[in-house]
Amino acid sequence: MNKNNSKMLTADEASKIVASSVIRRRKKNARLKTYGRIAIGLAVSFLIFLFVSIFSKGIPGFFQYYVTLDVYLDRDRLDPKGDLSPESLYNGDARSIVLESLYKVIKPKGRKEKKAAKKIISSNADVRISKMVLDDPNILGKIIPITFAVDDDIDSFLRGYIKRETPSSERRINDKVIKFVDKLSAENKISYKFSDYILTGSASRSPEIAGIKGAFIGSMLTLAVCFIIAFPLGVATAVYLEEFAPKNKITEIIEVNINNLAAVPSVVFGILGLAIFIGIFGMPRSIPLLGGMVLALMTLPTIIISSRAAIRAVPPSIKDAAYGIGASKLQTIFHHVLPLAMPGMLTGTIIGMAQALGETAPLLMIGMVAFIVDIPGGVTDPGTVLPVQIFMWADFAERMFIQKTSSAIIVLLVFLILMNAAAVILRKRLERRW
Amino acid sequence: MNEYTLLILLLLISLLWFYFGNKTALSLKNKQLKLNSLPHYYGMYVALYSIIPSLFSYLLILVFDGILFSNLIMEFVPKEILNSPDFNKIIVLAQIDNAVRGIYFGEQPDWVTVASNQMIEWNNQSLILNFFCSISLALGIGYLGFKNIHQEFRSRNSVEKIIISLLGLSSIIAILTTIGIVFSVIFESLRFFAIIPASEFLFGLTWNPQFEGAERAGSGQEGLATYGSVPLFVGTFLISLIALCVSVPIGLFSAVYLSEYANKKERSIFKPLLEILAGIPTVVYGFFAALTVAPLMRNGGSLIGLDVASESALAAGFVMGIMIIPFISSLSDDVINAVPQSLRDAGYGLGSTKNEVITNVIIPAALPGIIASIILAVSRAIGETMIVVMAAGLAANLSFNPLDAVTTVTAQIVTILVGDQEFESAKTLSAFALALTLIVITLILNFYALHVVKKYREQYE
Repeated sequence: MNKNNSKMLTADEASKIVASSVIRRRKKNARLKTYGRIAIGLAVSFLIFLFVSIFSKGIPGFFQYYVTLDVYLDRDRLDPKGDLSPESLYNGDARSIVLESLYKVIKPKGRKEKKAAKKIISSNADVRISKMVLDDPNILGKIIPITFAVDDDIDSFLRGYIKRETPSSERRINDKVIKFVDKLSAENKISYKFSDYILTGSASRSPEIAGIKGAFIGSMLTLAVCFIIAFPLGVATAVYLEEFAPKNKITEIIEVNINNLAAVPSVVFGILGLAIFIGIFGMPRSIPLLGGMVLALMTLPTIIISSRAAIRAVPPSIKDAAYGIGASKLQTIFHHVLPLAMPGMLTGTIIGMAQALGETAPLLMIGMVAFIVDIPGGVTDPGTVLPVQIFMWADFAERMFIQKTSSAIIVLLVFLILMNAAAVILRKRLERRW
Repeated sequence: MNEYTLLILLLLISLLWFYFGNKTALSLKNKQLKLNSLPHYYGMYVALYSIIPSLFSYLLILVFDGILFSNLIMEFVPKEILNSPDFNKIIVLAQIDNAVRGIYFGEQPDWVTVASNQMIEWNNQSLILNFFCSISLALGIGYLGFKNIHQEFRSRNSVEKIIISLLGLSSIIAILTTIGIVFSVIFESLRFFAIIPASEFLFGLTWNPQFEGAERAGSGQEGLATYGSVPLFVGTFLISLIALCVSVPIGLFSAVYLSEYANKKERSIFKPLLEILAGIPTVVYGFFAALTVAPLMRNGGSLIGLDVASESALAAGFVMGIMIIPFISSLSDDVINAVPQSLRDAGYGLGSTKNEVITNVIIPAALPGIIASIILAVSRAIGETMIVVMAAGLAANLSFNPLDAVTTVTAQIVTILVGDQEFESAKTLSAFALALTLIVITLILNFYALHVVKKYREQYE
């Protein structure tokens, strides 16, 4: 052993150095582990924060304030023609009948107070009465208690968003209105219950009667079109590429193409719809058929890629067995490969559909952002979809729309969670390990 | 009688042909003749023969009558509307279309009534034409197929040939989509560059298309609308950078933890939880950014004396960062898992701690894949639309300050193209030019990322 060579360590010395550094090194290791935990903790807490913030706003959006009034349903004034037709009821005087029964409770004095009292009940009250009469004409001529949604400003006041302490000039509702609302509360006329409108109403500029039914049906129609187009095309393409495509340049181009399409930003598909389907094919705007077609092109790569993976996962022994008993290639595929690959393909499809359900940008560009009150009855009726409805409501200034938007988001999220859960269950139940 | 009943009729006819083909084959079989294929293949053969040409003609007429009529109907639009500066073909068509459906409010101009009546007549005529063409094809060609049936006819082979070519045809849709995208963007972009020089678009420092109308109305002030896209790209870059600052550390550390430290149970809980972040619709993130995060940042900023714009790049970028965490964590997790166990074992064999193996062995080995995942996340961030539309605003400030309001390429595309646009104006065309640059950038990023991943995979396989 050469003592002069200081670089050379004895085993003893070396082990001492190592031992002294071990604690430091283990600490470093522990630190990295903690960083990892912190990172996951942050990501999960973002998720929780997002959900809490949406749900805390959205759950109250499913409820709203109502005022109950004893209304005398005067036959002559509600139905001036006396034939119970919708036009006759439309020409009737439901609004002032409602207001009169309101005045009976709060007893306004003078024109100014009456004007203030008018602000309490939603402008939709007369429609509600007409509908009730149409449903059951026997109620005409009777005095019955009816609940009406209160106006959105009153609703915000009752929830405490519009504060009593704010000076009257900066408040959206004045002192007189507040006095009347207090009176109504004192007489137990005001109730807080599950909203009649959020799930069954359609688009409206008045937040107290706005609902998501139209958008929801629009979403379902769009999704149906998307599925009918994308699923067969996606599966067919996957089968062709996996089983039949010759190994040549064209096949290669198709494969590269599909991967690239998966990366194209969704807004570009909107431009495609606008320029080709509307601009050249002359399709009308805002219809679920068009929306479904655009979304189908967008989800197609997802479905193709997952279907190919599912087909590839079917073991060759199954195919060989089929060939062995004399099946043709197509018979092997349709009778054996596809049924076995179906869970995987469906999982990919459901995930693609969930993407399509949440997609907004391309649909904005093909005009599904239009303000459409009617509920679409088919794929060629103009309509809107849930995410676009959310986008539009988020832009409105009324306080109540924030809650309604959050409620719509909750409905959307519930559907997405259901779809993803279905995908997971499907995968778990039908997954086979070979 | 409408398009749907015709479609159902065609399907019924082909079903009928299936029945006849099947029956004939069965009767041949009953005569103790040996058939080449199973009887139902004969039925399928005839049915396919009937449905394919008829469906093709049905769709052809359905698509092309729309194109034809929408051009022919322009004859009925008065000259002064056609020549007026704010003429918009799509709006005019929508007006006529609504009249055809009977949805309109108040009085219609006379020409709309005339045009819609003409349109209804044309539609009826085309439906009748479609009816005759498709039905006769379904019956005629179906009959030809039916005549082909005899004992030695190889119906299965024919059916399989038809089906395989159908499968091949459907794989072309992907290419058609790409061609459609390219065409829809390129032509309009070329027209845009004919008005605005490409150099001004690419290097101009101010983006202000809003004055287009004023310019055309003859206010005498020319050239007020400017189309310099640099502020948009800077804004896009800034927001993506903020998003990366959030998502890269969180995503990478999560990936390392999940693949190296976590036990099976932790992994099975946290991996799906992280992936939920990718499944939340972007409009929800946008709402969250605009109504929760942006006010929080604004208030937080004013507490420490910073002036944060109500639509700051920071809020949009932060929320976008949350959204792309799973893109980085999932893909990095995959690549880290793909590093061969032997490399790890070698590291441990030399006495390394886990941390040393990770930083000195695994990360260098997985680096190409990790970089690819980051590039994919960048391309995702650049193409993201709803968050920036809702939370970043439309002010085209040329600013690198994350507290300012900036705008992005996608946000501008959406604002320009949503609602009623005039197809001829430079403002509308500019959206297509922006889309073209957006596509080019994302495709280059994507191409590069896939290339890296592929190269990396080959290294260990």
